[in-house]
Amino acid sequence: MKFFEDIAVGEKAVFGRHTFAAEEIKAFAAQFDPQPFHLDEAAAARSHFGALCASGWHTVMLWMRLAMLYRRTEDDALRVRGEPVAQLGPSPGFRDLKWHEPVYVGDTITFATEVVETRVSKSRPAWGLVFNVNTGANQDGTLVMSFIGSAFVERRPGG
Amino acid sequence: MSLAHWEDFVAGSVAHYGPRLITREEIVAFAAQFDPQPMHLDEEAARATMLGGLAASGWHTCCIQMRMIADGFVLDSSSLGSPSVDEVKWLKPVRPGDRLTVRATVLQTRASNTRRGMGLVKMLFETLNQSGERVMTQVGTMMLARRGFDRISAMKPGGAP
Repeated sequence: MKFFEDIAVGEKAVFGRHTFAAEEIKAFAAQFDPQPFHLDEAAAARSHFGALCASGWHTVMLWMRLAMLYRRTEDDALRVRGEPVAQLGPSPGFRDLKWHEPVYVGDTITFATEVVETRVSKSRPAWGLVFNVNTGANQDGTLVMSFIGSAFVERRPGG
Repeated sequence: MSLAHWEDFVAGSVAHYGPRLITREEIVAFAAQFDPQPMHLDEEAARATMLGGLAASGWHTCCIQMRMIADGFVLDSSSLGSPSVDEVKWLKPVRPGDRLTVRATVLQTRASNTRRGMGLVKMLFETLNQSGERVMTQVGTMMLARRGFDRISAMKPGGAP
């Protein structure tokens, strides 16, 4: 992670893409969201979705997974260059999560982010807060998921 | 068994779901799959972070809450899924051994303007630990079929009857 001071509004990144398979959609649903349209092809066909689709939470979890793998690669690159790596802190929450379109079996979702606001934390002066618009879009370029996330990012020591 | 339809949700009503015990094994397994950060994976590494020790991913708490409300009422309802979550706040870390409950409050109900068989319910979900502290709050909207409609007829276009 870059330090808070090095993060600017408007910065974008594409974290990667993921193709949703029937088995993982059903496995996630069985664990966390066992509604029939996420769990069973026949029941989903009889529902308003018309076919098996991923739990909205499953879609968001893939955003998170790919975000964290991207950050790890970024940190490795900083270390190779001998540069210091800032800590990514926890998140106080998120807002405006929208599931715009269903994610069906075989859909390939591209996950991305854009920085929309940065500010120093009032309660934790060694940290800044970074706000991002986070998105997932399918193979047709249709937005399927978006939310405004936030996270603490370490400030440059003595900065 | 009769399903709860949109008409059965009344603003101001409160229900409780759970409890659900959270284990170290599931915290680490979820983090390895979806949120591989030291604060969710490793006790010693977590001690050096802002959370001060191993804690569940906030996303994991979202998913566990989803399962608790699914078992609590969603699976026995005419749920058509959710279009949106207005806000989630992660207020306190969820630790191994925590026993979580969910307090669900109906904030508002309204008929869909565009689909005559569908209604919307805005809810506040508060996830509490064994000390009664709120670890997470969520305000979100559910879509439900109205009485007399199934999941397909509920989504047909048209104004409220």
